Amino acid sequence: MAQRSINNHYKLLIIGGSAGSLDVLIQLLPFLRTDLDLSIVIIQHRKPGESLLPDLLAGKTSWPLKEVEDKDPIENQTIYIAPSDYHLLIEKNKTFSLDFSEKLHHSRPAIDISFETAADAYGASLVGVLLSGANADGAEGLKKIKESGGLTIVQDPAEASIAYMPEQALNLFHPDYIVSTEEMVSILNKLNR
Amino acid sequence: MVRDEDVQVLLNDMLDVYGYDFNDYSKASLKRRIDRLFTLDKFPSFAEFRYRIKSDEAYLKRFVEEITVNVTEMFRDPSFYQTLQKEVLPKLATYPLIRIWHAGCSTGEEVYSMAILLHEANLLQKSLLYATDLNPDVLEKAKEGIFPLSQMKQYSENYLAAGGKRAFSEYYTSRYDRAKFDKELSRKMIFATHNLVSDRSFNEFQLILCRNVMIYFDKDLQDRVLQLFDQSLEPLGFLGLGSKETIRFSTLASSYKQIGKEKIWRKGA
Repeated sequence: MAQRSINNHYKLLIIGGSAGSLDVLIQLLPFLRTDLDLSIVIIQHRKPGESLLPDLLAGKTSWPLKEVEDKDPIENQTIYIAPSDYHLLIEKNKTFSLDFSEKLHHSRPAIDISFETAADAYGASLVGVLLSGANADGAEGLKKIKESGGLTIVQDPAEASIAYMPEQALNLFHPDYIVSTEEMVSILNKLNR
Repeated sequence: MVRDEDVQVLLNDMLDVYGYDFNDYSKASLKRRIDRLFTLDKFPSFAEFRYRIKSDEAYLKRFVEEITVNVTEMFRDPSFYQTLQKEVLPKLATYPLIRIWHAGCSTGEEVYSMAILLHEANLLQKSLLYATDLNPDVLEKAKEGIFPLSQMKQYSENYLAAGGKRAFSEYYTSRYDRAKFDKELSRKMIFATHNLVSDRSFNEFQLILCRNVMIYFDKDLQDRVLQLFDQSLEPLGFLGLGSKETIRFSTLASSYKQIGKEKIWRKGA
């Protein structure tokens, strides 16, 4: 289903997921090309005070991995994790802002907020990926990425351990790719080639 | 969808008409909140939204309340409070009068948390807690010390995780769905409006707390506010920020020393 060229110069890859998505990240990160020319941001639903995720994912990549602090600049070839109990927003000057406003979809961080601000800041140079989850968060935001010209990828609900989150996106719009984790790795590795 | 240009028009209006300067706030958050309010209140056009804000003072109040974030908690990040209690309060105890500034206190949950810490360390009697915010309405709520009863389970857990030794329910009385905190706790609190963007230093303190307030500011404004805190802090005073904030990139960094891993820094002598 390669209905669109992926040779554009993408600058940011943003990945959102909830229940069941950690396994996908663990299978995905070690197989990404280390010379991919972009930054990665991961919005994973977490409980307040949860602190193990960055260490867990850092072991799966050779890139620097950092839990975001307010106003951190977005560096190339670096992986950023949204901290627990804050929303993560992406600014047009390519820095992060944190926000402790109301939860959205019972979640903080909320994937929609990060996706929507990233779409606004990065437009067509953004790739959005939505993974497994039991929550409607992320669908609206991914649609916004598509509307802003970015590339959108949804984990195949048939493969996702909880299909609800990817299904919500598919009910809302047609993403560029609906794929398994393995196919996802292969698409991402072809970016910016 | 409100556009960047629309946001800028509203920010200019706010400054011209009301003297509120939101120009150096983090743009992504501000735009999102303005867009959210525009949708929520179902304005048919941006022009009507703008007109309402400019001409209706009651709606302006709503606008300010909705675009600024007033979400706060008691004993958020328990380890922060534990460090205050173990490392900071013993130093403050040596002063005859303890002056603390809660900058951007919102509805006051953190001020009451601090008062509880001071009370348990037998320091509340000789303390003054200055609690300021740009929004007079949230200060009125803070003065009352009434918080939703539904939050008390979470706050009680935070309090115990912070090393609290008593039953948290000793500090409030429940009525219907609300918890009213003991008047003894608020006796030493002074509430006043203060805008971190435009107002100056008004006193000297031994401890300034400003947690998850500057995250809504851009970097330049953060720097200016940190300078204001520096001017308002006595030598050897303490500055406490939110768990994902830092002074690392500011000019203060060289003369302040971080206490362990917590977001508390001590000013040099």
